[in-house]
Amino acid sequence: MSLKKVHDEQPKEFKFSNENLKKAEEILKKYPEKNKKSAVMPFLYLAQRQNNNWIPLAAMKYIANFLSMPYISVYEVATFYTMYNLAPVGKHFIQVCTTTPCLIRGADKIVKLCKEKISPKQNELSKSGNCSWMEVECLGACVSAPMIQINDDYYEDLDEKSAKNILDSLIEDKPLKPGSYRGRANTSPEKKQIINGENHA
Amino acid sequence: MEKIMLKKENKIFKNLYNELGWEIENSIKRDDWKDTKKIISRGRDWIISEIKVSELRGRGGAGFSTGLKWSFAPKEVGSRPHYLVINADESEPGTCKDRDILRFEPQKLIEGCLIAGFAVNAHICYIYIRGEYFNEGKRLQVAIDQAYEKGYLGKNACGSGWDFDIHIHYGAGAYICGEETALLESIEGNKGQPRLKPPFPALVGLYGCPTIVNNVETIAVVPTILRRGGKWFASIGKPKNTGTKIFCISGNVNSPCNVEEEMGIPLKDLIEKHAGGVVGGWENLQAVIPGGSSMPLLSKKICDTITMDFDSLLENKSGLGTAGVVVINKDQDIISCMARIARFYKHESCGQCTPCREGAGWMWRILDRVEKRKATFSDIELLSDVTKQIEGHTICAFGEGSAWPVQGLLRHFRKEIESRCREEPLIKKKTNNPYLVDQHLLENKNA
Repeated sequence: MSLKKVHDEQPKEFKFSNENLKKAEEILKKYPEKNKKSAVMPFLYLAQRQNNNWIPLAAMKYIANFLSMPYISVYEVATFYTMYNLAPVGKHFIQVCTTTPCLIRGADKIVKLCKEKISPKQNELSKSGNCSWMEVECLGACVSAPMIQINDDYYEDLDEKSAKNILDSLIEDKPLKPGSYRGRANTSPEKKQIINGENHA
Repeated sequence: MEKIMLKKENKIFKNLYNELGWEIENSIKRDDWKDTKKIISRGRDWIISEIKVSELRGRGGAGFSTGLKWSFAPKEVGSRPHYLVINADESEPGTCKDRDILRFEPQKLIEGCLIAGFAVNAHICYIYIRGEYFNEGKRLQVAIDQAYEKGYLGKNACGSGWDFDIHIHYGAGAYICGEETALLESIEGNKGQPRLKPPFPALVGLYGCPTIVNNVETIAVVPTILRRGGKWFASIGKPKNTGTKIFCISGNVNSPCNVEEEMGIPLKDLIEKHAGGVVGGWENLQAVIPGGSSMPLLSKKICDTITMDFDSLLENKSGLGTAGVVVINKDQDIISCMARIARFYKHESCGQCTPCREGAGWMWRILDRVEKRKATFSDIELLSDVTKQIEGHTICAFGEGSAWPVQGLLRHFRKEIESRCREEPLIKKKTNNPYLVDQHLLENKNA
């Protein structure tokens, strides 16, 4: 279980945009009519995307009404799952995987870089105001370790240098492209021999 | 020791690295959707018996016979509809095979869904993808749309007379939702907390209806098995551990990669032939986690000779799990590696059962103390006891998953742990705290 703090300043109102209302209707079609509640997770995602990547309490109330379920049940779901942000995050939201397979290939060095370049503490906005970072558990790209996720995209096969470049590009608001930073095709074996320490962080 | 590697023509996932293109046109060239109608026309009993002949075991970690699982679904549809649910909530540290299937071989999965759905009488299939795989989910949706356009899904799917729809449901970063009943809870719109079994999902699953839950890889190999015959699949690998398997080799190897290989391949071959060997040479190997973080690690001595299949690993008090091989060499601090895994379980425990909720944190704190050389000798016994109190006392297998790796560490690296312990506790102050708490935490103001 993870601890999550609800943001102090909350907007009073929340409504789905017209575009999201249409999407919501589409989502509801996926589930049996009497099990509307199933849509709570996709709805929370919609709300999060609409509201700069975080979910205000007003949105939870709105969704509870929409799906005729108790507000607390929505709250329960929103706090249980780690991907729902309950407080504002940076426009570039950096998630650093630090679980063992990434750790043994140098994820701690990327954490250190984030502390230096973005902010000393997790979940705080950078000086530039457009980035924030956090440590997360396994992102499921272990053979491409160490790796980070920025918003929806995976940046893989990193080392200190490439991680630094990526972070700089975010601060300057010109994000580099996602994918492998060792130039390999997805998760295929590499032909050349790599000496430890040179080609990864 | 020399063993023939998996022959090219026996590979099921020919596009694992996206060298041939993932779009439906390309996958049709690779024989996807070939004779699907004919396969379905041979009937459910034939499909299930052929899968039983193939001895396919679930690829999600438990290794349960897939044919047997399907046969648990009620033969006739009663008042409640049947569901097929695909578990694509891949979050086991060390594992990233399903991601490549979703990205590069989506049609294999979709075709497998149709066949499996027909075999278990389901018209609707939900694919539960972990939320972080947003792009992979988008890709899969495109692939599903392409299959609809071709008439392979929807009403009278693929001309089989069977109506079949697939929906994607995203998770949101909870490891526990990889447990099948937690996954069902999550689709129903609840917190992902596992249910007590029995009743098993095959009888009472999603929305209280009969539901079969299978891993992505399991379903994706089904069409090829049925096209080439159960006997073909059973001829690869070892008896009761048949077929091919995608291994994910990560950690201290020269060339970490995903690779499809025969079940029962020697671990040493897997690491040296596919992953470029251990960094610093085989002698520099310290330990290997053979099947994702839940499986106890293996010492180098075992790694020298072990073969990668369910039964051999079980004999060595470990397991194949998801076949996520994490290689740890001697440059790493093994305690800190395992402490990090314990921290993972502390973070991911759903909090439903006390032994797991409290024990996971307890194990992490003790290992953290050992790592920092602040533990006492009595802590070792305590740690061992905590793992035993968790194991077997929780609703789901997460308890075992968190306790086993620590037990593996105690089994193989007890000397290393002892070398970091001291006789006396670092903090000697005795407090009259009536509760059962870690003494060293009382020193910490924020405890």
